[in-house]
Amino acid sequence: MNVATKRDLVSELAASRTRSYSPADQALREDALTYLKNTGLPISKTEEYRFAPVTRILEKNFDSLTLSSQVNTVVSVNEFLIEGLKGNIIVFVNGSYAPALSKIVSNPDQIIIKPLSKALVENEEVVSALLNQKEDYKKDPFSAVNTGLWSEGLFFHVAKHTEVKEPVYLLSLNDASSAVSVHTRIVGWVEEGSEVTLIERFETTGHEAAFHTQVEEISVAKEAVLNYYKIQNDPGKSIQVCNTLIHQSDHSHVNTFTLTMNGEVVRNNFSIAIDGEHCESHFHGLYLLTGNTLADNHTVVDHIKPNSFSNELYKGVMDGHSKGVFNGKIYVRPQAQMTNAFQSNRNVLLSETSTINTKPQLEIWADDVKCSHGCTTGQLDEEALFYLQSRGINKDSARAMLLYAFASDVIATIKDETLKTYFDQLIAERLHKNF
Amino acid sequence: MLSIKNLQAKIGEKQILQGIDLQINAGEVHAIMGPNGSGKSTLASVLSGREEYEVTEGEVDFLGKNLLELSPEDRAREGIFMAFQYPVEIPGVSTINFMKTALNQIRTYRGQQALDAVSFLGLMKEKMKLVEIDQSLLNRSLNEGFSGGEKKRNEVFQMAMLEPKLSILDETDSGLDIDALRIVANGVNKLRSQNNATIVVTHYQRLLDYIVPDFVHVLYKGRIVKSGTKELALELEAKGYDWIKNEVAAV
Repeated sequence: MNVATKRDLVSELAASRTRSYSPADQALREDALTYLKNTGLPISKTEEYRFAPVTRILEKNFDSLTLSSQVNTVVSVNEFLIEGLKGNIIVFVNGSYAPALSKIVSNPDQIIIKPLSKALVENEEVVSALLNQKEDYKKDPFSAVNTGLWSEGLFFHVAKHTEVKEPVYLLSLNDASSAVSVHTRIVGWVEEGSEVTLIERFETTGHEAAFHTQVEEISVAKEAVLNYYKIQNDPGKSIQVCNTLIHQSDHSHVNTFTLTMNGEVVRNNFSIAIDGEHCESHFHGLYLLTGNTLADNHTVVDHIKPNSFSNELYKGVMDGHSKGVFNGKIYVRPQAQMTNAFQSNRNVLLSETSTINTKPQLEIWADDVKCSHGCTTGQLDEEALFYLQSRGINKDSARAMLLYAFASDVIATIKDETLKTYFDQLIAERLHKNF
Repeated sequence: MLSIKNLQAKIGEKQILQGIDLQINAGEVHAIMGPNGSGKSTLASVLSGREEYEVTEGEVDFLGKNLLELSPEDRAREGIFMAFQYPVEIPGVSTINFMKTALNQIRTYRGQQALDAVSFLGLMKEKMKLVEIDQSLLNRSLNEGFSGGEKKRNEVFQMAMLEPKLSILDETDSGLDIDALRIVANGVNKLRSQNNATIVVTHYQRLLDYIVPDFVHVLYKGRIVKSGTKELALELEAKGYDWIKNEVAAV
């Protein structure tokens, strides 16, 4: 039992376990839960969760994490679709695949998309090669929670030399008419010379608490491209912990964009293994927070092989009582010579009660590399505000203009026009753009 | 148009303006000169509504309105334009979008209809020509990476777009080479009319060769200590400011 909590949350969680999909899966789940029982959930002194008291908030928001039947009143997802986006729609409701709400349009010769439970049986070889390869559940307690408890997941496999034109849109919808605890997983493989776009979005309906963990393991093969978008704009009382693990091989490209705007606590552990030469990786994040939202982005960029390039840019705007956390680790392993790795984290605090904790952590063992990092935190530039006002623009518009400009270079990195329009609307609305 | 009476202002605990009196009528160009630290830029800042400055005494009437009660944006909407000594760089905001927002907010304030995209572009083209500025500059982020001359030219372009009644040029010549100075001054001169007025704040006489003032005022220790015509500027150029300081000391 965890000494910092009054309740035995791990046992409560473990008791909610419902099923497994194969003997190997069964064994893995038991290993993960046994490991979790020994290590426990993070407490306030746990360095990695110092600013994100997930455990305490779980204890506060849930009478019990042993949730038996979970209500599902969702009949339509129309309001959660992205206008103009043509592609595959995969819908999970409370961690179960909802085939009636989903639509798979891609040719299966190009990309196989199916529930992970099914793939565990039908594509066992591929899945077992990707799932929990490196005992990733040991790296984060919520990854262990997820490994032990995941109910359903998304499996996708892109064939060689295939550009999948239709994006894969994964909508995770939680019906919190009563409290829910949901654990989902993504396993993906983009084979040699292929390209795919994955869009993930989390939403909650209802007013009770929702606890959601997700673990994603995506392998990007030689010369393949992964475009990855995550939208965390869930207005509900959601506590979300995502562990994203991406593995890159030679000459592959990965572009990510994580937009966080709502939720009670959002924790993203984002980890990229650049395990190939001549890779290119762009990681972008934007967290625009209000109210009491806490958003914690922990990122790890691990340069394992030489001659690769990574660029990370995370920007935040905090208002109200919101809290932002950024922790950016870059590792450059001894053999990863000629690495170019850049990181930047910039923040604007709009209220006296909002906070940001930002920490770059670079560990460089190779000697012939170019690495840089920078972080800034400030208020809106008064001089710029005055300049705009002096041209007849009212103060609110001037503020919105500066904030939107602050976010604009991150928005500009989105290549897909439909997605760019969608992101732009969300961001403009959040920043009260009225010009 | 503008009537300043006994204007006193401080920043923090430091009293800078010690009682300024100045009357400016439509059609006139007034130069405000003076040694460093005399309060020239403070006067410009107070008129444009910078919050750091506290007005402790005096009145400023602009076209029948108490200017000191207006917010910076409302001063602009009433027809005051400040050309900054150091225009701010604002990454991510293009000059075009910014000008469109500004112009339309001003028009709304005045009860005019907002301009549609076509009319706006038409107006912009016309003004670009007038101040000899290239469109590629205006598509870029506001002043970002602009040279000193480009920034000042952009100020004059904005002035042309907003058609102010009173323009205040704060040390517009600083950081300009002679060619840039000529282009900027040409723009300002083309915008002069019988209906508007200009205040040129400058340390050197040089700018006044191009923008010829009707009146020259010398500011020293927060007061206007001498007023005259453009010949006064030439005298200052020849003799420096010391004789003024001595005159003030003698009184």
